[in-house]
Amino acid sequence: MTDPVVRLHEVHKSFGALKVLDGVSFDVHRGEVAALIGRSGSGKSTALRCIDRLERIDSGMITVCGHDVADPALKLRALRLDVGIVFQSYNLFPHLTVMQNIMLAPRSVKGLGRAEAVDLARGVLAKVGLADKADAYPEQLSGGQQQRAAIARSLAMQPKVMLFDEVTSALDPELTGEVLRVIEDLAAGGMTMIMVTHEMGFARHIASQVLFMHRGRVWEAGPPAIMSDPATPELRQFVGSELRR
Amino acid sequence: MELDFTTVLSRWPMLRDGALLTLELALIATTIGFAIGVACAVGRRGSVRWIAAACGFYVEAVRNTPFLVQIFLVYFGLSSLGLSLPAFTVALVALSINVGAYATEIMRAGFDAIPRGQIEAGECLGLSRLQVYWHVILLPAVERVYPSLTSQFVLLMLASSVTSQISTEELTAAANFIQSDTYRAFETYIVVAVFYVALSLLMRAGFWALGGAVFPRRRRLGTVI
Amino acid sequence: MMGGHLNAFHLAYLANGAMWTVVLSAMAFLGGGVAAFLVALCRISPLRIVRVASGAVVQLVQGTPLLVILFLAYFGLPAIGFSVPPLLAAGASLTIYVGAFLGEVWRGAILAVPAPQWEAAECLALSRTQRLFQVILPQAVRIATPPTVGFLVQIIKSTSLASAIGFVELARAGQIINNSLLEPFLIYVIIACVYFALCYPISRWSRRLERSTGFARSARVAVP
Ligand SMILES: Nc1ncnc2c1ncn2[C@@H]1O[C@H](COP(=O)(O)OP(=O)(O)OP(=O)(O)O)[C@@H](O)[C@H]1O
Ligand SMILES: [Mg+2]
Repeated sequence: MTDPVVRLHEVHKSFGALKVLDGVSFDVHRGEVAALIGRSGSGKSTALRCIDRLERIDSGMITVCGHDVADPALKLRALRLDVGIVFQSYNLFPHLTVMQNIMLAPRSVKGLGRAEAVDLARGVLAKVGLADKADAYPEQLSGGQQQRAAIARSLAMQPKVMLFDEVTSALDPELTGEVLRVIEDLAAGGMTMIMVTHEMGFARHIASQVLFMHRGRVWEAGPPAIMSDPATPELRQFVGSELRR
Repeated sequence: MELDFTTVLSRWPMLRDGALLTLELALIATTIGFAIGVACAVGRRGSVRWIAAACGFYVEAVRNTPFLVQIFLVYFGLSSLGLSLPAFTVALVALSINVGAYATEIMRAGFDAIPRGQIEAGECLGLSRLQVYWHVILLPAVERVYPSLTSQFVLLMLASSVTSQISTEELTAAANFIQSDTYRAFETYIVVAVFYVALSLLMRAGFWALGGAVFPRRRRLGTVI
Repeated sequence: MMGGHLNAFHLAYLANGAMWTVVLSAMAFLGGGVAAFLVALCRISPLRIVRVASGAVVQLVQGTPLLVILFLAYFGLPAIGFSVPPLLAAGASLTIYVGAFLGEVWRGAILAVPAPQWEAAECLALSRTQRLFQVILPQAVRIATPPTVGFLVQIIKSTSLASAIGFVELARAGQIINNSLLEPFLIYVIIACVYFALCYPISRWSRRLERSTGFARSARVAVP
């Protein structure tokens, strides 16, 4: 078996006195979709943010596409060329059109020429079904469209792994579907992904591995089937409460 | 007593030259002041303590003293250093220092309004620090505070009238000369007031056009970021 | 006062000038406040003509330097037969000037009272005047307080221009002392410090009010 694309080993992280990650370990292999589930405050976002070095870890080891993320001398730019991340709050740049949002990084980070960048942008926009919104400004788009544009912006950097942090939590149910479909397409295309989600049905349907986080640890992990047949009372209770939502 | 504007208006060349000098002072000081404002706002937000403190001191010192006093301080300060510069240069230095402090405050408010998530999004796309500052912080911040910034620059143009006190030959100085020459003080100052109002409108129109060119979003949607 | 060194007499003279700066500022604030209130009311008048006319006057005043207004009052009025002493010329000019700027600030505060408040007041069958004075203005005052306090600083600084028409306030007192001392830089440093001592506490106070009232701190423009 090849090396995992993302590996966390005994990762610890505290904010002041608050221990948020308490020895988190998991592997995600090429083409896998890992669904990170768990209660609010269990450390899911923090784990994702550590993978992209938005937070530094206190101890343990994280490797992402061969980069040693814990290494203080890590070349951040190299890491971020390989990792795409999409947040709950879209974070599109409000002063740029969708097209400009997408072209910004390929042009200024990868040094692509204008024509190349335009082609690239059109390609990813088509993938997320926003070809007709290229020249709109973010505020002119619905939440679902904004989120798809944000995904397109990440995809334009051709990352090796994509991280999603509750990308549908801010959306109405109707709009959730259109974003999930985009993620589904990505999974079908073989993209390696780690997604924090509260969409249990979707996680079960798409994930190759489910990681249930509780109290800063991976409490239970395995194939989606663990959600129907939890081994721990904590996961059972969590799944039950999510179903009732 | 009858009003007689023709005597005053017959000094048109002097009024025109004064107005041009006022505009020149305003535009150069605007450019320098904007640069100072951006630099000090960055410095004030930065992590280097003494730079942040120095920028803070500069802003407070300027904002809490009258421009008239600042001009004299610059004027006599430079000459006590043995520099005897033309009045125009002294006026320019004083105006730039002054507007730079106000621009710092305005830019700082603009920077503060950029959500943290925007900066993270830029970093996650692999943009360098400088690129993040330029694309994600500076441009949207300037777009957001553009109305305040340009109003401040118009006020700067009006404040340049105070430089007549160190004999810069701008519009107000021209008025002082004309009124003492023609004994038509009332008409002179009315005419000059109209000139200033016209210059204000001209600057506003110019900034409006510039804003449309630099901020296409604003032009198209007309909304605030 | 032909002394070679800065002495107690000079300092007393400066203190006297500082007192007149405060007096002039108070006059400007009171006169300007009344003017500003009228301006704000005119600017939200239901009559379009009143709104437009008052808006035009505000634009004219805001487009003219205070120094020119002062010269117009002090040199211009006598030239057409109305003689005015420096204190009156300065007080009147500052009143007009403050009225135009503060009036717009206050108008903004009135308009910042949420629309449902107007509607709620209307539903209570209050007359327009009652709505304004009993419902809207009390809320607008809270919104307007921090920027108004901040504007006090602008007023104090503006009074320095009265020196240009020979009114002996702080800046003019400094100039006069300098005529005998010939130490301009030192004197202007002292004057700057006095202005700073007058203005800085008020600036701080205004900022504290901004924070404590929770009204979003906007990038506000200030007259230099
Ligand atoms: N920058 C920070 N500083 C201090 N505490 C933080 C910080 N970020 C997160 N925390 C705390 O760490 C804990 C875990 O946060 P995290 O955002 O990782 O949880 P989560 O599992 O993503 O929850 P949610 O489902 O609500 O998004 C929370 O108690 C949170 O308050
Ligand atoms: Mg989270």
